[in-house]
Amino acid sequence: MEDIAYSVHPILVTLVGAVLGAGYFAFLRWQTQVGSVNISLLIGAIAGAAGATLLTAPLGYCMFQSDQKSEDIMVGWIAVALGLMLTLNIFSSLLWRYFRGQRLLPRGDTTPGAFRGRFGLVYALAALSPTILVLIFFVYLPMFDTLRFSTFLARFGAPRTRFICVSNFSRMLSDVDYHSNLFLSFALSFGIIIIAMSLALLIASMLNQPIRGASLYRTLLIWPYAISPIVAGSIFGLLLGTESGIVNRALDLLFGAKVPWLVSIPAAQISVVLASVWNVIGFNILFYTAGLQTIPKDLLESASIDGASAWQRFARITFPLLSPFTFFLIVTNTIYAFFDTFGLIFVLTRGGPTESTFTAMYRVYVTGILASDIGKSTAQSLILFLIVVGITIVQFRVGQRRVQYGNY
Amino acid sequence: MTESASSRFVFDPSAGKERPLWRRLVPQRWYAHLILIISVIIITFPMFYALLISTQSNPEVYNHKFTPGTMFFENLHTVMVQRNMGRFMLNSFIIALLIAVGKTIMSVLAGLGLVYFRYPGKWIVFGFVLITLIMPGDVLLIALYRRVVSFDAWPHPYVALTLPLLASATGVFIFRQHFMTMPPDLSEAAQLDGASPLQFLFRVLIPLSWNTIGALMVIMFLFGWNQFLWPLILLRDQDLQVVQWGMQSLTQNVEVGDNFGPMMMGVIITSLPPMIVFLILQRQFMKGFALTRDK
Repeated sequence: MEDIAYSVHPILVTLVGAVLGAGYFAFLRWQTQVGSVNISLLIGAIAGAAGATLLTAPLGYCMFQSDQKSEDIMVGWIAVALGLMLTLNIFSSLLWRYFRGQRLLPRGDTTPGAFRGRFGLVYALAALSPTILVLIFFVYLPMFDTLRFSTFLARFGAPRTRFICVSNFSRMLSDVDYHSNLFLSFALSFGIIIIAMSLALLIASMLNQPIRGASLYRTLLIWPYAISPIVAGSIFGLLLGTESGIVNRALDLLFGAKVPWLVSIPAAQISVVLASVWNVIGFNILFYTAGLQTIPKDLLESASIDGASAWQRFARITFPLLSPFTFFLIVTNTIYAFFDTFGLIFVLTRGGPTESTFTAMYRVYVTGILASDIGKSTAQSLILFLIVVGITIVQFRVGQRRVQYGNY
Repeated sequence: MTESASSRFVFDPSAGKERPLWRRLVPQRWYAHLILIISVIIITFPMFYALLISTQSNPEVYNHKFTPGTMFFENLHTVMVQRNMGRFMLNSFIIALLIAVGKTIMSVLAGLGLVYFRYPGKWIVFGFVLITLIMPGDVLLIALYRRVVSFDAWPHPYVALTLPLLASATGVFIFRQHFMTMPPDLSEAAQLDGASPLQFLFRVLIPLSWNTIGALMVIMFLFGWNQFLWPLILLRDQDLQVVQWGMQSLTQNVEVGDNFGPMMMGVIITSLPPMIVFLILQRQFMKGFALTRDK
């Protein structure tokens, strides 16, 4: 260990983590005014040091060695930041639970009506083991493999692998193509969320009115949920064909112009958004209708007696109370845009023209399966994983806050 | 329309007053009907158009005829026999059924194990299952593929295909919530009668859970039927491929000509089974969601 030269020494990295952790906990202590300052600082420094070590030490601090490029050092600091986010959040929530005198861990067993007898554990293990075994072998082990291979130079069919530190990640920093793939995935989710969710909310509020045939309307509107992305892509390939498509036929009759939907640059991306919106809107309508039914009628009625207009009732009562459903749909629609659009794009544009409809997931497929590059594609998968974790945490946080406010 | 006018006459206290004529002719909440009808037209149009095209030949498609063509049976034959879609549909049906049944059984069992027994560290087990929600299969795709193909003693490729998909955090979560909303008296009474946990499961829990089971089966069947990427990379033998793979193969060689008819026939037959399942179990589906929503 001593004869390795570092451009940033591991001790320095750990110290930076400890200082940042102590600083963050001091800020929390000042904000909450609960608990002992010294204990906060101490635990904060420990949490920070742990966070800085968490993702860098398993790789032997290789990204901070002096023979690494500046991009690798940058990835190293990103790894420190990610580790810090994880440990600081966990330690702070535990410490402040302790300060407030709450239980540190959730209560193990609150179930009334559980079976008595000595064999409870045996029965429970037997009932849970299929799920747990499948999860270990086909979720946790692949997750571990994904982490491991992302630091390797490895290919399908080639038995030899080589540890290459964080090169798979640092090369992503300068990979302009990959940036545009990620950007497309985000733009796609943004388009889907804006269009499919607002239209679904409008349609669901109409369905929620006391009108005749509401259940017939609902059935006719929800069914695209059952359609696969492949089928959605195929249908839109027919609708949006330049010569064969009915959309261009209509545009030609109305304006005398045809749009090369699937083969020109902004139009191809718009086509993907349109097909995706059509594919997910049924799901959004389904959940918004379910959500609207949970809103207490008497609340709306009393607001209406107090003279609130329809818009005010929607903006002040309905929409805030729907927020758990809205956040759930934001997460599911983002996951749809990032992952499930693969099949749709596979038949609609094949990623073209000139790779303009390659999403980040399409890139994983091309890199990992077509080009057999395991290391690079698992690194790209991890970026997707971080995005999923990020939006889930945001949803969880916001959702929790809403639940606290909404305890009427 | 006359009915809504007469019902207004009965229920509306202001009905005796003079109302403008259009009020009496136009149904109440006409704007809701208008928006819903427009939405239904836009949302159902692509599928109806696909149905229309599935009966046509390519010249008819390019001439934008809005009448059914003459090629329905030819297209059906092309798709089902020449392009092997009958086989692919059977394959997908087997896979979707394996996934739906397997996932439901495993989720019910896990829900039982998480609710009806006392043991330390139960929340760790639940957390262990629940945290996999943030690890979607697509993120693990490459590593899972490598792990699955490195094991060469699979009895059948479909075992390799479906087994990794059988654990369901969503399913476990839904059944745990559902069992926790059940009155504890049920299991107390069952215990007084000397029932074992398995008897309790089969005689009491499952009969009371058909809505939830139905709802989950719909979701899982659709999940299995719509599998594409995982079979695409895993299955080497083309005869074992799934219906979504067959569907995309119908879209690939448009240059052969005479292609849109079979392509849309593929769309129709690929969409038919999930739509039927969805329509039949729609009531369970909505009720199942209502049940999980309450808690």
